[in-house]
Amino acid sequence: MTVVAAIRPDSWNFPLFLHVLGAMVLTGGLLTSATSLGVARGDVRYLRLGYWSLLAVSLPGWVLMRAGAEWIASREGWNEKGVSDPTWLGIGRVVADLGGLLLLIALIVGGIGVRRLREGRGSGLLRATLVVAIILLAAYVVAVWAMAGKPD
Amino acid sequence: MSLDQWLLALHVLSAFAYVGGVVLFWILIVVVRTIDTPEATTRMEPIVKVGNAAVGIGAIGTIALGIWLAFALDSYAIWDGWIIAALVLWAAAGAFGQRTGVAYMRGMTKAKELEAAGQTGANAELLALNRTNDGVVLHFLTSVAVLLMLLDMIFKPGA
Repeated sequence: MTVVAAIRPDSWNFPLFLHVLGAMVLTGGLLTSATSLGVARGDVRYLRLGYWSLLAVSLPGWVLMRAGAEWIASREGWNEKGVSDPTWLGIGRVVADLGGLLLLIALIVGGIGVRRLREGRGSGLLRATLVVAIILLAAYVVAVWAMAGKPD
Repeated sequence: MSLDQWLLALHVLSAFAYVGGVVLFWILIVVVRTIDTPEATTRMEPIVKVGNAAVGIGAIGTIALGIWLAFALDSYAIWDGWIIAALVLWAAAGAFGQRTGVAYMRGMTKAKELEAAGQTGANAELLALNRTNDGVVLHFLTSVAVLLMLLDMIFKPGA
């Protein structure tokens, strides 16, 4: 049996489900945000949609993904002292944590941008949010590839 | 990485595209309920196209690579109960998703007709089409099928 076909103990399944579901919601929010901000061309409705997709969908998705990650990692024994992370888990941890930081920055910058939209400004800041959302999407593609394929 | 590992990685990435698209459409469903002008409705079309691409790539990727994996891996067989359940759920999600698209395209088509007729203001009929209850129910059923598929893939009942 290859590692691909390995069956997990039942107790790992629910934390893994929460982790994957959170990551999928996060991805959906990022996809919507990047697309809305990308096609907005100054349209306030779509700039707001892009920002709120990040805040109301991606952020809860990230929290669920990260909490599920810690839970499944502890179940699998990766958090015990003296146990080093395999490459795929290292990639996942770095992308999740740096991605969370970037998401927070995008939310702060975008939040200021959305507030300034009332005064007819702020689209530049939301363009920065768009760039971060695209970077995050690309990073999460790499993370999903690493977590699912588990390269040596 | 072995071919099997690549197949699994791409299978999971496809699943992310699929669910990401489903989430995108939930957001659009919420937003479109307040839209009553042709211009604002047709402005959503590029976002809808991205959602359609995500769902399309995700649906084809999950089924094609999933079946390939079922044949490639010795420990799985295409007639395993959980794999058959996944195939049924995949077909159900596709059928519900297609009908969801039809329900929401009525609003888009109406908006284009209004634009072509030079009507740019708020339109009650357009708002009613954008607030389709059938569309919400069908997308809910699509989401339930996709969620059950995800549960089935992770828990692998009977495996």
